Amino acid sequence: MKAKKGIEVSIAASIAAQLARVEVISAYPITPQTHIVEHLSELVADGELDAAYINVESEHSALSACCGAAATGARTFTSTSAQGLELMHEILFIASGMRLPIVMATVNRALSAPLSIWGDHSDVMAARDSGWIMFFCENGQEVVDAVIMAFRIAEDRRVLLPFMVNLDGFSLSHVIEPIEFPSQEEVDAFLPPYNPLYTLHPDKPVTMGSYAMPELYTEAKYAQEMAIINSKQVIVEVMEEFGKRFGRHYHAVETYHTDDTDFVFVALGAIGENIKTAIDELRSEGKKAGLVQPRIFRPFPAAEIISAFKGKKRVAIVERVMPAGATNGPLFNEISSLVQSKGINIKLENYIVGLGGRDVLPEDFKRIFTGTVPPKDKSFDVIGVRV
Amino acid sequence: MRIRGLELYTDRPEEEFATPGHRACQGCAEVLGLRLALKVFGRDTIIAMATGCMEIISTPLPTTCWKLPWIHVAFENAAAVASGIESALRILTEKGKIPRKDIHVVAIAGDGGTSDIGLQSLSGALERGHKFTYICVDNEAYMNTGIQRSSSTPYGAMTTTSPPGKKSIGQATWKKDMPKIAAAHNIPYVATACPSYPFDLLAKIKKARMVNGPSYIHILSVCPTGWRIPSDLAIRYGRLAV
Amino acid sequence: MAKPMDQYKWHELNVGCVIEEVGNAMEYKTGDWRSQKPIWTDAKCIKCGLCWLYCPDAAIYHTEEGLYRANLDYCKGCGICAKECKPGAIKMVEDER
Repeated sequence: MKAKKGIEVSIAASIAAQLARVEVISAYPITPQTHIVEHLSELVADGELDAAYINVESEHSALSACCGAAATGARTFTSTSAQGLELMHEILFIASGMRLPIVMATVNRALSAPLSIWGDHSDVMAARDSGWIMFFCENGQEVVDAVIMAFRIAEDRRVLLPFMVNLDGFSLSHVIEPIEFPSQEEVDAFLPPYNPLYTLHPDKPVTMGSYAMPELYTEAKYAQEMAIINSKQVIVEVMEEFGKRFGRHYHAVETYHTDDTDFVFVALGAIGENIKTAIDELRSEGKKAGLVQPRIFRPFPAAEIISAFKGKKRVAIVERVMPAGATNGPLFNEISSLVQSKGINIKLENYIVGLGGRDVLPEDFKRIFTGTVPPKDKSFDVIGVRV
Repeated sequence: MRIRGLELYTDRPEEEFATPGHRACQGCAEVLGLRLALKVFGRDTIIAMATGCMEIISTPLPTTCWKLPWIHVAFENAAAVASGIESALRILTEKGKIPRKDIHVVAIAGDGGTSDIGLQSLSGALERGHKFTYICVDNEAYMNTGIQRSSSTPYGAMTTTSPPGKKSIGQATWKKDMPKIAAAHNIPYVATACPSYPFDLLAKIKKARMVNGPSYIHILSVCPTGWRIPSDLAIRYGRLAV
Repeated sequence: MAKPMDQYKWHELNVGCVIEEVGNAMEYKTGDWRSQKPIWTDAKCIKCGLCWLYCPDAAIYHTEEGLYRANLDYCKGCGICAKECKPGAIKMVEDER
């Protein structure tokens, strides 16, 4: 049994990047991810990580520099949140369209306005269709494991897509958790050096980032879509290998106590732990509830969700972002269209929780279980809003 | 090669790194400026280009007129992309993953992509001291999108977004002094050039390539289409302007 | 060899739409853009090479004797060479095609 270290999750994330032997890091501060880039700068400054550290002047340049570095053949990493993610928004699509295997840790934080440094999922949800593979971590161990797996998956020749590791701001990034770090040798055995398909080098010049006329754009996008759809297979493969090597087995969708109940919660990220606490409390009261928690959000794990929904009658979809005029939140909309297209008869409910860092307690989930009725004029319920 | 003078700047003066077949307008002095500059930069060059005339005329998928490694990411980040390339080259060379070679990174953007939307990323790259050359090809407006004014458009000029009219003289502000802004970053080398004075341009590119740090070259690029002049006057107008 | 754009199937594009055939723009003959072409009077040519130097399209080449001609596959007929020729050895003439 390996020793676990009590460590702040952001710092653990940087150590994971260090173990992955990242070569170029571009850094710009924004709460609550700053600890990640700060610790990486210390590792580089002390010679414990042999990497080029670029103190860029904005997040837009952070991702742009990563694009240049990845295109040159370096393993690249950056980290951001909320406004930073929004500032680099156009480059997100470019990075995935150009099939650059950049890994980025997004410490999920609420988007302005009003300004909030605290956690929710509005930042990542605004970027959900940018063509990045997306992983949502529940705890610190998962953050470390996800960062290491991210490079392996992203750089796979069958994938070559950028990978976003999401961790909830403050509630996950700033907590101290017991984490088992793999050794450098173990990571080296699992994660070979980056072997790019194309590089910018005068020995074999190429042109990257040309423009496409209408005659070609559809085919270009189709190719990219096929890549992200097919990446699912590689993700599952890599997770299996990771499980064999490190003893921690990940799945595209994790389930908790779903076998004997017809009611499940669905949620992404660290809030899963609050829900699990509520489920345990309910079960101690003789009430049965379960949790379906996707780890992979893009590509959307349709098959696993369908399978997890077998025999379920009622699903409470919990998310940390406002619909902004959509009928429901993004996670609900994805699941709803999925069940509809498969002709599955199941009752879906939508609960918006934990916006801008507001705490969501097990009691809230227990009340969802007993059935708070959404107000007639909306199809979702905002838990805890003072009306 | 008959032009002996060129051999001062490059040992392969006849090599073209911007091939014919590109879709620049007839008489485009901007692509001429780049054609000449690339002869001096030579083979061991990586180009990061911004969105603009030069990017569009050169790379309609699936063709490209560039014979050097070339990347386009977006409009305002040529300098940031170049920073990433330069950093990657440095670390990969240090780690022995690529053989040690003097590969020069060149960021190229227009006046819009430099003095307007690209100013922040340029400033960051210059301040960080990356070893690269930033070339601003200045045709004094956003030409690729159809002649809109930029902060490099001269006083009184007519563009589609600064048209003269009953209430306006046209462009009402003076040209932003980009070379001065670049120089204010205390970088080793800043120069202005124009393909109408080709040997001067070649000499300045040669100097820029030798700099172990950032260099900034501002190339005035006559645009017959945007300046509304006959295509054969491109070189002459450069001489009049400079 | 690049195909016409509308003949590519999605899987025939390189990953990330990277173009490996550098300089394949040469497959596009811009010569049919022009309405006039440059003609050299060799007797006047001083072989300075400035026409070659000033051509934005690199569409001028020199012969074995060191005289100059336009590559009619690419010459767009902009007229810069004729304008810049000091001895006036180049004239732009109507190009009937």
